[in-house]
Amino acid sequence: MSQPLVHAVNVSKAFGGNEVLKGIDIDVDAGEVVCLLGPSGSGKTTFLRCINQLETIDGGRIWVDGELAGYEEKNGKLHRLHDKRIAGQRREIGMVFQRFNLFPHKTALENVMEAPLKVRGRSKADVEKRGLELLDRVGLFEKCDHYPSQLSGGQQQRVAIARALAMDPKLMLFDEPTSALDPELVGEVLTVMRELAQAGMTMIVVTHEMGFARTVADRVVFMDGGVVVEQGDPREVINNPQHERTKTFLARIREENDEHAAALEERAEAEKL
Amino acid sequence: MSSTGSPAAEAAGERPGKIDAVPVRHPGRWVAVAFLTVLAAMLVNLLVTNTAFNWSFVRQAMIQSPVIQGLLVGTLLVTLVAMIIAVLLGVTLAVMRLSDNPVLAGSAFVYIWFFRAIPRYVLLFMMGTLGFLWPHGLPIGLPLGHDLVHLFGGTGDLAFTTVDANKIFSGVFCGMLGLGLSEAAYMAEIARAGIMSVDPGQREAACALGMGNGLAMRRIVLPQAMRVIVPPTGNETIAMVKDTSLLLAVPVGTELFFQLQAIGSRTFETFPVAVAAVIWYLIICTVLMVIQSRIERYFGRGFGAKPSKQQGARTRLLALDGGTPR
Repeated sequence: MSQPLVHAVNVSKAFGGNEVLKGIDIDVDAGEVVCLLGPSGSGKTTFLRCINQLETIDGGRIWVDGELAGYEEKNGKLHRLHDKRIAGQRREIGMVFQRFNLFPHKTALENVMEAPLKVRGRSKADVEKRGLELLDRVGLFEKCDHYPSQLSGGQQQRVAIARALAMDPKLMLFDEPTSALDPELVGEVLTVMRELAQAGMTMIVVTHEMGFARTVADRVVFMDGGVVVEQGDPREVINNPQHERTKTFLARIREENDEHAAALEERAEAEKL
Repeated sequence: MSSTGSPAAEAAGERPGKIDAVPVRHPGRWVAVAFLTVLAAMLVNLLVTNTAFNWSFVRQAMIQSPVIQGLLVGTLLVTLVAMIIAVLLGVTLAVMRLSDNPVLAGSAFVYIWFFRAIPRYVLLFMMGTLGFLWPHGLPIGLPLGHDLVHLFGGTGDLAFTTVDANKIFSGVFCGMLGLGLSEAAYMAEIARAGIMSVDPGQREAACALGMGNGLAMRRIVLPQAMRVIVPPTGNETIAMVKDTSLLLAVPVGTELFFQLQAIGSRTFETFPVAVAAVIWYLIICTVLMVIQSRIERYFGRGFGAKPSKQQGARTRLLALDGGTPR
């Protein structure tokens, strides 16, 4: 039996006295695309950040590709890993942030090249060639010499995806990748993510884009109040939720989306006039 | 036909055209300009006609070889070395102060507290007299070696070598050290502000790419912090040029103002040597300001600046396909 790529058991986390995660169990298989849904404050972003140890967990265990994240068990006792080992574990996990977090003092290509060059220590020629390929893959080949401030939000996020892919990660984490974008720029980022999913990348995506979750995800996980409320096939959970909290959340999202669509339509009308 | 584009004209099918309006007049500005012009004329008149300036003497004094030597060693070299000490030590202190480790953060705080409290003139004077602490020479060896040997009933101090403390704490070296240590306290605060100005998301993004703390600080955080650090550092450098005239307290003789003053007291031309000093300081600061603006432009890249090297994707790929490393 093959083990899951991400195996999280009873993960808990509190900020001060505020319990954000209350015993999360989630398994993600290699090649699987999982969307984490839920209202804000439900702990989905925190859980995502725990997977690559941007947050330390208070309880439970997370294994990524069979390796315990952040700790080492010796003689039945847990030892915290040295920062260098943790950095090594993070190398295998790509992360895309809500606010892009591109390096503003580096061009698009330099952003993509930075980690393979300085962390993996690969040769400059190889890294540059691969960097240009990746920028081409996200449709930004022509923008390689532009600084982030000269790119639109959607373009910046696509560079951020290319930057994460440059480390050849086993797993990609997306933290609300389209939430900071203007509505008309959401599509280009989702298209890149859809292609990535089709290419077989293992992805965990925190999102409010129900259309994306329904058509791309292999599984959706609905979280609320720091626990997993329900999970399963995306069409089933989204179209026919079993739990009251899921129903309320989805109804509200649907309402917002309708308002959004109406606003977009209105704008299109106005532009036509 | 009306050129003002009145509603009547518009009704007649004529649309308002290019704006050619009378600008607002500023009579107050003209008064100020006239006033400043008169002042400038008076100043030029003073400079040219007043014989106390003795310009030929000023020029002579400026290029005397002890003065030039003082300028190169006591003013420029000391500024350069003191600022290098200050920047390196200041950035280290800033990183220490931002550390989670209370001992590191605390010691950085104590350092900054101490050196900010001491006037530079007093510090330089004290540094010049530190040799009194080690009248038999400063032992270089095991820390607390002398006391350890005593503890076990022996004699000696476990030192590899002994240096003459009076030599270390005198002259140009002492001046560089004193000014550098003092300036580091200010640079630490500037560097700390710079580091804190960088979005924490930058560090997270670097960590998520598998960079360690040191690499993230060196490659991602500090280059961005430089944008905030450089302008006040330029100010500090210019202030440092002027503070080298305090080297007298050590005492250091090979210094611009000291040498000019010496000429003044020998020849009784005290005013022209002051003018000579002013001109030298003006020249140095002008050069430094030009250098500063260059550095600012470099670290401002990516922040509203235009793309630096528009090489174009095509040429890049062509170069790569040809296998020619650029």
